[in-house]
Amino acid sequence: MSMLLQVQNLRCGYGSLEVVHGASLHVCAGEIVGLLGANGAGKSSLLKSLVGLLHPWQGDIFVDGRPTRGQPAWRSLSNSMVLVPEGKMIFADLTVRENLLIGGYHNPDRLLQLEIVLDRFPRLRERTSQLGGTLSGGEQQMLALGRALMARPRLLLLDEPSLGLAPLMVQEVFREIRKMKDLGVTVLLVEQNVVGTLQIADRAYVMETGEIILEGLAADLLHHPEVKRAYLGQGGKKSWE
Amino acid sequence: MDAGNLTLQYLLSGITKGSIYAVVAIGFNLIYSATGVLNFAQGEFVMLGGMVAVTLAHFVPLPVAVAGAVVIVALVGCLLEVLFFRKLRHHSVLHLIIITIGLSIVIQEAALHIWDEKVRSLPYFTGNEISSIKLFGAAISPQVIWVLATVAVTVAALHVFLKFTLPGRAMRACSSNPEAAMLAGINIPNMRTLSFGLSAALGALAGCVISPITMTHYESGAPLAIKGFAAAIVGGLGNPMAAVLGGLLVGVLEAFSVSRLPAAYNDVSAFAILLLVLFVRPHGLFGRPGGEAVREH
Repeated sequence: MSMLLQVQNLRCGYGSLEVVHGASLHVCAGEIVGLLGANGAGKSSLLKSLVGLLHPWQGDIFVDGRPTRGQPAWRSLSNSMVLVPEGKMIFADLTVRENLLIGGYHNPDRLLQLEIVLDRFPRLRERTSQLGGTLSGGEQQMLALGRALMARPRLLLLDEPSLGLAPLMVQEVFREIRKMKDLGVTVLLVEQNVVGTLQIADRAYVMETGEIILEGLAADLLHHPEVKRAYLGQGGKKSWE
Repeated sequence: MDAGNLTLQYLLSGITKGSIYAVVAIGFNLIYSATGVLNFAQGEFVMLGGMVAVTLAHFVPLPVAVAGAVVIVALVGCLLEVLFFRKLRHHSVLHLIIITIGLSIVIQEAALHIWDEKVRSLPYFTGNEISSIKLFGAAISPQVIWVLATVAVTVAALHVFLKFTLPGRAMRACSSNPEAAMLAGINIPNMRTLSFGLSAALGALAGCVISPITMTHYESGAPLAIKGFAAAIVGGLGNPMAAVLGGLLVGVLEAFSVSRLPAAYNDVSAFAILLLVLFVRPHGLFGRPGGEAVREH
């Protein structure tokens, strides 16, 4: 399998505080890869530095074999890489339709793609002229996913898409992410929802205090004692499901 | 002239001035939305527009001179952004605002140097100083029609641009959520430059149409920046269309205060309404509370 994303020994942080202490990972074309870890483990910072929202201090990032480290964030799309940031980050004062069209800013076939995306998210179709900020949390997450798809990315970086959603909505979001794979979109999924992620992912990495401490096939990690210890806790498994 | 006609006369004069304030206020809004900066050099774009057009009009027909002035001043606006703001993004918004005040002074001095301290004006677009049109019993200069029509068309065009074109939507996206806009591949630095260019172009156009009525000289921009700022705040920052209403309101109030109070109080009305709005409705008459807090990014 060809390697779509390769990260080597990446360090990044804020001010003088290093948050990620040399992380290496890779994502092959067609995979769903999970990046798990508790709050503050450095997952989001790692993701942000991949697209240039955060300037990496050290290390290398290759997308399709090309080095991309140091590029401004608005250029990350030219690597067919789209980040769906945490907290939805939709354009609250723009309509749903406008939100989606902005997602296809660099896609000359954006009107065609708009129909494809609206077919996939019928709930958005019902609300095309509504302002983004008036959608429910789950709908906003769908809008954020739909907007990312407007650019027809090859690699989708998702930052905690299930955060703050009702349990039923969480399931729906994971189903949608699973479907991305069938569309040929590769996914790097940052999550705290360990069980949900491992159920749809092919492989996963586990991060703790800025370092990747574990990697493996999702099916293996699901039963890995270390994962259970660190993130599921003793008898705490129910709360994750 | 009876009292009704006099009132209409003041109203029209207020709307004319107010429409210029409105254009300046729109300029404030465009730049503020894209960059978070209040550009107090906004009035200088109006002055430069008039000055450049007057000079060009010696060599080319009036419409070409106006178009040329708009283009040249737009380029000046872009250049200012690239030279003074693009490299200073990491400074606080307050620093950047102070820089705009400095720029305003520099532009005035440059204008004094390039031209001189003489008052100039463009010729009337149609007719001359003494031609007038009767409207409901009030006598108005045809140039007033030019001002109102130009501002109306400009505002409508801007609305269509922001609402229905991709670059316009991208500008709104940048102001709504710069980080998400960047992730959609929008070149934010270029959008900021565009906002300066667009504001400068609008200001220059206003400077040209108003020049035959109010004259142009190197110091004529600064008062406009202050009135336009008042208009933008009164309307509510972050909403270019509310700026139009804010501008008209400030203009009309000013016209009526001139009719009642000594001329020395001319500028007081704008500040009075500015302070009143800041006390009572700090988010502006047409803005939403908390919709536009000054950002630091």
